[in-house]
Amino acid sequence: MTADQRKHLAVLAAIWAALLFAPYWMPLFGGYTALGSRVLVLGLGAMSLNFLLGFTGVLSFGHAAWFGLGAYACGLALKHIALSTPLGLLAGTLVGGVAGALLGTLLVRRRGIYFAMVTIAFGQVFYYIAFQWLSLTGGDDGLRGFARQPLHFGLFQIDLLHNDIYFYYFVLFCFAIAVGLMAFILRSPFGRTMIAIRENERRARFLGIPVELHIWIAFALSCFFMAFAGSLYALLNNFADPRMLHYSLSGDFVIMAVMGGMRTFWGPLLGAIVFVVLQDYISSVTVNWMSFIGLLIVLVVLFFPRGFLGMLRPRRAA
Amino acid sequence: MLELIFFNVTNGLIVGAFYALMAIGLSLILNLSGVINFAHGGFLVIGGYLAYVLTPYIGFWGALIVSPLLTAMIGIAVEWLLIRRLYGRDPLYGLLLTFGLAFIIEDGTRQIWGANGLPVSVPAALMSSLSSRFFFITGYRMFMVATVAIVVALLFVLLRYTRVGVRIRAGTLDLETVAALGVNVRALRSFNFAVGIFLAGLAGVLAGGQLGLEPTMGDGLLMPSFIAIIVGGVGSLTGTLVGGLLIGVAAGLTAVVFPSASDAVMYVIMAIVLLVRPRGLFGEEGMLA
Repeated sequence: MTADQRKHLAVLAAIWAALLFAPYWMPLFGGYTALGSRVLVLGLGAMSLNFLLGFTGVLSFGHAAWFGLGAYACGLALKHIALSTPLGLLAGTLVGGVAGALLGTLLVRRRGIYFAMVTIAFGQVFYYIAFQWLSLTGGDDGLRGFARQPLHFGLFQIDLLHNDIYFYYFVLFCFAIAVGLMAFILRSPFGRTMIAIRENERRARFLGIPVELHIWIAFALSCFFMAFAGSLYALLNNFADPRMLHYSLSGDFVIMAVMGGMRTFWGPLLGAIVFVVLQDYISSVTVNWMSFIGLLIVLVVLFFPRGFLGMLRPRRAA
Repeated sequence: MLELIFFNVTNGLIVGAFYALMAIGLSLILNLSGVINFAHGGFLVIGGYLAYVLTPYIGFWGALIVSPLLTAMIGIAVEWLLIRRLYGRDPLYGLLLTFGLAFIIEDGTRQIWGANGLPVSVPAALMSSLSSRFFFITGYRMFMVATVAIVVALLFVLLRYTRVGVRIRAGTLDLETVAALGVNVRALRSFNFAVGIFLAGLAGVLAGGQLGLEPTMGDGLLMPSFIAIIVGGVGSLTGTLVGGLLIGVAAGLTAVVFPSASDAVMYVIMAIVLLVRPRGLFGEEGMLA
């Protein structure tokens, strides 16, 4: 085992330990368990976006659509189909992911700025649908009337609804599965190919790699992860509203990824921690929180374009 | 029925002219600077509120000219201080920076002028209805469409027949060559940015006269402008103009038969265009896409 690998393992252990014991150390710094769950869910969203943005180099600025679609589908499944938390998660992930995969076929030939514009515009379609379709979605008031259900394991059950700490561990469990899967994909030949496309699309094409297919698969996978995070968000709030589909939230995810370091695996989680905690704090002390968030975004773009974790690393290909 | 259709088509044209005005400004900046200006709606709001402040002193007609000019000057300052640093970098950063800027502008206007709607007072001569049968054709609506038509025509003349206009068009195609020919690209981009922001400011004044002012009034116009650009084809101003009018009229016509879908129809048009002609109606293969 080389020194690099040892360091890597130590960092990983520290991250997971911090997440595992979060409900116990967060209150010392004025945090609360629900905030921890929120950070994890939004962090998973930012990591899902970064799967596409940072590792394939494709800029989607409409990813909140898949997040929100997952949230709505999860809520609707709990409300109308069956009272089961895993079913809600499954429904949300599938609906958001499949919708993203289908629309992705329209998008894959576009690149760069054009891709960004088209994703923003398509993302807003779902916002309008959620806003207009009163009978199904509740319109601007949002979708209510569902709640996360206890998990049944035959002999015993876990009450997720009334115990915030249980729910935090449930979210952490889901987070770990999704993040593990992401890391696995990125280490596979497919993941390496994604990075090759990011670094030099033309060369990848010359090597005979079907670039469009790879980008489409990466886009679809990222949508599934995103929808999974969105479903968890619906469970967290017992609520879904159109703002979960709006491009402002897409922008929030992008800024989390960039702020944390979009060329790094864990960067977006760090970005989400900083962003969510800061937003939570600023909006509690001033009504002008939008200006502060806007200023934060401008400063990050101007002075920390490689993100917090990107700055720690020497400038070399990840 | 015929009157209803006529009403909705006229309405659609007016709305479409608005979309086009916004979208052409966005398109100019996108073509030459490679920046999707998320704050475009914010500049529209600034233009509108400046008109509100100026009207008591210089009247509506004065404000109609002065406030877009002032907005353009603010635009130049923003370009100098912020946007200029992003040229040549990943388009992601321009998008994010203007996204943050839009937050600051919206919050700033709300802080200064409050969240409630404010009116821009319009000369009484423009407010009367021109026809008793077609009551909806007020002088102001005709005036708006005429203003947009004149300004867009002037812009196209500028781009086609003046030296700076030719440079802007050339820069859209190949900025490096234009720079190599000795053109001051920095100044060209600043000027071009200012023209785009001028159009946003003008749209703000016109919209303020019709609908009144609100800090969030730019939001609703931003998405149709994006779609106008995508439908018309990135890189083509004519396309953007046609795209804006097209989605406006289509929304108006849809409102006749299925009012709640009138917002959605532009997305349908966009999806069809992307399926059938991915480069957009007037777009050329290989432009930015």
